[in-house]
Order: sequence, then structure tokens, then C-alpha cells
Amino acid sequence: MTKEEYIESGLLELYVAGALSDKENQEVYAAMQKYPEVLQEVLDIETAIVKLTAAASPKPSKFLFNTIKEKLGLKSDGAKVVMLDKPKSNWMKYSGWAAAIILGAGLLWQFNTNGDLETQLQTVEVKKDVLEAEIEAAKTNLREANAFIKTIQNRDILTVPLGGQAVSPSSYAQVYWDKKTNTVYLDASGLPEPPEGKVYQFWSLTLNPLTPTDMGVIENFSGDENKIFKIENPNDSQAFGITLEPEGGSPGPTLEQLYTLGVVENAS
Amino acid sequence: MQLEQLVNKFQQKDIKAFETLYGMYSDSMQGVIYNIVRDQDIAQEVMQDVFIKAWNSADSYSAKKGRFFTWLINISRNAAIDKTRSKAFKNSKQNLNSDYFVDIIQTQDSLDDQTDAIGIKKFVTKLADKCKAVIELLYFKGYTQKEASEELDMPIGTIKTRNRNCIKELREMVLG
Repeated sequence: MTKEEYIESGLLELYVAGALSDKENQEVYAAMQKYPEVLQEVLDIETAIVKLTAAASPKPSKFLFNTIKEKLGLKSDGAKVVMLDKPKSNWMKYSGWAAAIILGAGLLWQFNTNGDLETQLQTVEVKKDVLEAEIEAAKTNLREANAFIKTIQNRDILTVPLGGQAVSPSSYAQVYWDKKTNTVYLDASGLPEPPEGKVYQFWSLTLNPLTPTDMGVIENFSGDENKIFKIENPNDSQAFGITLEPEGGSPGPTLEQLYTLGVVENAS
Repeated sequence: MQLEQLVNKFQQKDIKAFETLYGMYSDSMQGVIYNIVRDQDIAQEVMQDVFIKAWNSADSYSAKKGRFFTWLINISRNAAIDKTRSKAFKNSKQNLNSDYFVDIIQTQDSLDDQTDAIGIKKFVTKLADKCKAVIELLYFKGYTQKEASEELDMPIGTIKTRNRNCIKELREMVLG
């Protein structure tokens, strides 16, 4: 169809009415794109129909738009509508920057927090090690204490009280001697803390003649909580003594520094 | 192509464009709806629903399928006809006035303040009976050309020619 044929056909009037088929609608649309005259004709028809149909409206309707906007939950203020539209890019921009800043701050914070956490973790691990060591020590103590209790409960045990001597009359100690296992437990809790640079040395003695045998220095006297020390004693002891000696111990007892001494009563 | 841009913006949920289009077409839709429901309050109510529906389903409009105005008028007719089929409507409106749009326009007082009112009143007064029925069916009732041809017992070609001549007259009246 030529543009004149389109205009004269009456199709365009039906097009505006919506009375054509889908196919015809598409053809008219194509003709409108192709011929400006056809488009203009459609616009003129439409304008006339808009006016005709509007004339049948019993009441003005323009004022109802706000009601529609309210029903749709849209902003009723025209100014706000503009704000929604225009500053959108600004809003986007600012929110973008804000997001970036928040992200940056967040990362920094996280970095710092991470550092703090690592330090805390290290501290906690050290504490853990310390606690584990303490637990281990406590277990050891407990084992020793249990072994000690078992030993002293044994009726074959020999109990030897060591009394305070001239240099320290208030000192005392106790030896529990299990002859079967050749073990002594020395309870040294009645001795004062040794002065700095000095250690206690434990001696096994035989009398007539007085012969001391070194049973070792008491290391870590201060650090041992219950001050009970387990010592091998293969000797045929008749008495036990404790002297204060220079650090590392002495080959023979310094008798002027004899703190406690006790004789095995039923020494055979 | 200004209208096309407006419709595009409307489809992108631009409220300003929506308001402009509403301003252009709300009276027309209300007129078409009123011609079917014949109740001012109901017509207003249906007309608002039509624009709400249009806004919510703006995506479904495509320029390739027809004019935006035609799309709206289709929604309006359907909504109005649906309304007349509702039970509440049937109960309240037992006897619908069978007058054509012509009678409505002729009895409109509110048209006096509109520029084109005199032209349109003159038009419908002068309008030949043969035009009244065709315009009524095609524009106000949404008949297809085939349906109109059956209703009026006229060949489709005659409907086309007659309608064109009637609209030509209208255009001369309102557009000068």
C-alpha cells in the first residue's frame, strides 16, 4: 500500500480504535515508521478521539492523580518526584564513595583487629604452655605425694625424726626409709629457706666411727612445694643429717652448719 | 516522537511521565468507562484502577502492537465491562440507560469550560445516526471491525469507509 492508500483506507481510524488484528497493527506500525504522513494522520485521528472520548467524561479527573499515587505508594509531592529522578546519580555517587570508605575503614579495622587477635593468641598460647607445665608439675607432685603416702603407710617403713641442732634449734626434718626399695623420703618442710648461695646437703651416717656418706644436695628447695624429696639410699644408715653447704655441695659435711640430725632407732 | 519518549519514561517508572500521560488521557478513559458503567462514582473508581493497572503492567505495552492511547482504552473498556458483570454492580444497576455516548456528551454541563467542548457538542448534534453507532461500537465499546460489521449488518469495507468519514468530520470540528 502506498501512503495515500493507507490514509484513505480507513485502517488508521480502526488502528486507533484498536479494532485491527495483531498482524494489521504491525503493518500500520511499519507504515508509520516509513511514512511521516501516515504517522501524522494517526496522530490527528488520535487527538480527535482523545477529545471525543474526554467529552463523555462526566467529571474532571485530573485531581484524582494524587489518589492514584497514594494507592501506588508513590510520593505525592511533585518536588520529591524530581528529587527521585535527578539527584539519583549524586546519590549513587555518594553512596558509592560511602561504601568505599566504609569498606576501607572496615578492612583497616579488621587488619588491626587481626593483629590484636594474633597477639592475644600468642599470649594465650604462652599461658597455655605455662598452665600445661603447672598441670604437669601438679600431677608429678600428686604422684609423688601419693607414693609418699603409700610409703609411710607401709608398716615396714622406718621413720626417723631429725631434730634441730645448735645452729638452728627450731629446725626439724623427717626421714621415711623403705629398706626394701632402698628409698628414703625426706620431709624437709621444717627447714628454713637456705640463704642465697647455699644449699642443704643430705648425709647418711654410720656411727662408731662417724662416717658420713653424701646423699646429694637438695636442689630447688625453694621451688618444691611440699619439700618432700625422694632419694635413693643403698646405705646401711645409722643416722641422717642435713648440713648447709656452699652451692654445689661439699665432699664432707661442714659440721658447724649441721641443721638437723636424727638416729635410726632400731638400727641393727 | 515526544509521546514515545514519554511512554518510554513511563515504562521506566518515571512518575512525572506518568502524571503527564494521566493528564492527557484520564478524562478520555473516564468518558469511555462512564459510557459503559453509567455511574459517575463507579467510573472514577474504575478509571483509577485502570491507571494503577497501567502503571503496574507498563512493561506489557509495546509500541509495535498499537498506540499507547489504544492500549489504555482497551484496559479501560475491559475494566468497565468487568465491573458491569460484577454481582454488586448488577444488583445496583438493574436497568442500564441504553443511550449512546452522544446523549452523554449532549447533557454534559462540565464541558462548557473546555475549549473543544462547543465543537464536540456541535459535532454530536449534527452527527448522522449512521456515524453514532459506528463510533459507539468501535471507540467506546471496543468492537473489532468484524464484530461491528456483524452488529450493524454491514460489510467490513463499508464500516471502514463510513468510520473514516465520520472521524474526518470530527477532526474538522475539533481540530479545525
